[in-house]
Amino acid sequence: MASYSTNEFKGGLKIMLDGDPYTIVENEFVKPGKGQAFNRVRVRNLKTGRVIEKTFKSGDSVEAADVVDLDLQYLYNDGEMWHFMNESSFEQHAAPQAAIGDAEQWLKENDVCTVTLWNGQPLSVTPPNHVVLTITQTDPGVRGDTASGATKPATTETGAVVKVPLFVEEGEQIKVDTRTGQYISRVKD
Amino acid sequence: MGVSRSQELSSPERPDPDRALDWQPSASLEAMRMRARMFARIRAFFDERGVLEVHTPVLGRCAASDPNIGSIPARLSSAGHSEILYLQTSPEAYMKRLLASGSGPIYQLGPAFRDGESGRLHNPEFTILEWYRPGYDALALIHEVGQLCTRLLDIAQPPIVSYAEAFESTIGLDPMRCADETLFACCRRHGLQGDCAHRDEALDFLMSGVVMQQLSTRTCFIFGYPPSQAALAEIEHGLGTEDETVAFGDARIRPPFARRFELYIEGVEIANGYQELRSAAEQRARILADLAFRRDAGLPELPVDEHLLAALAHGLPSVSGVAMGLDRLLMLAMDARTIDAVLAFPVARA
Repeated sequence: MASYSTNEFKGGLKIMLDGDPYTIVENEFVKPGKGQAFNRVRVRNLKTGRVIEKTFKSGDSVEAADVVDLDLQYLYNDGEMWHFMNESSFEQHAAPQAAIGDAEQWLKENDVCTVTLWNGQPLSVTPPNHVVLTITQTDPGVRGDTASGATKPATTETGAVVKVPLFVEEGEQIKVDTRTGQYISRVKD
Repeated sequence: MGVSRSQELSSPERPDPDRALDWQPSASLEAMRMRARMFARIRAFFDERGVLEVHTPVLGRCAASDPNIGSIPARLSSAGHSEILYLQTSPEAYMKRLLASGSGPIYQLGPAFRDGESGRLHNPEFTILEWYRPGYDALALIHEVGQLCTRLLDIAQPPIVSYAEAFESTIGLDPMRCADETLFACCRRHGLQGDCAHRDEALDFLMSGVVMQQLSTRTCFIFGYPPSQAALAEIEHGLGTEDETVAFGDARIRPPFARRFELYIEGVEIANGYQELRSAAEQRARILADLAFRRDAGLPELPVDEHLLAALAHGLPSVSGVAMGLDRLLMLAMDARTIDAVLAFPVARA
């Protein structure tokens, strides 16, 4: 079983704690002037997303987690599993709803997403930072109203509802920041 | 991600763009000016008080025996043979040799070196201010340390909290008397992974990780350490009677305890001081115990400092001494988040 010593700790390192895979968010070396040295780490549980703090005695080792991030192309979903493909190897991976989570509303066919695999199984999916979506439903805006700053809700092709400026119309394409869910701009063909 | 970026990119043919600016200092010019001003104020403080500035070797034949302190070896070649000397972790041994020779009160400002210590508050090379006051007990020296802090940081004299009271008021345990297992369980509850080999490891973790985070006053002197953590301090054994307490300032402490204190400012460890151990026999015993521990732990062998022991045998006056980390003091003065902000060239770009 691969392991890391505390000397190797740094942000992004994937380790096993209490049976779950974690990533190190922050690593701090702590040492009293006349005492034992420690590594105080903030770690994020890759299954639950929860961040906790743990302290290790310097020099101790911890089990490495077999976690990799792959860029995979989203193909389709059958309601139960979401299917992705590695564009270079053509290998397919199927991710359950639990791994998709909120990303579901941003997944557009053929977009490339980051899929985190643990022991070869999809653990979580991160959509691309920006996605271009077609608006399927929204109330008509006032023509020429480009300056009011007010917004209206718009439903997109994936089902995601985004607040857009009043001048944006049904059928238009918009660019959305998937991390915040916010409208960025219109996209002209 | 297997290969680290710096491994991949730092060949001479492809210099790492992230490191291209490492020829520049990490501390600002303002930080360097503050450091110079601080040193001038320290010198004025001791000059007013008649304390002599001394300069003792940074390169020496002996090294601190404390198993938790790593000394950096250096190879010296002279007169046809080579020997290993050590960069000093503190000027303590030399300053005690001066004290035993009748130097009177002395101070030293200079570099100290500790292997394996790098982080937000640590650089392997750092600046230490160390001074000794013959005739002062720990309480008197604590008062002087407070006066220096007032001068340098404009803070009030920090209160004194006993080690036991610090633990009792935050996590409700008596650190001197509670069972090992109680301490270990407390460590686990606060996120310590793995087992503690012994009590002192648990106390170290709880003190820095829990007690100092939760103490209502995070700027204070902690006094009265467990005898196992005495290092070079006198141990107060008391008379051995039931329920006996010894007065120290406003605190009352149950013996046995070490006459050792630390200064924390905003939860950051700044200084460590003692009423110094004077018995050569006791000092030799502590050094040998440390060396045995090091041997068992597979740590490098170190020589016994016979010059220090000879000085103690000759006679050290009753004296208290303290060592202070000046880089951290500067960090506090500047509200800096990392020691790199107060170092011209931290080790990564040295």
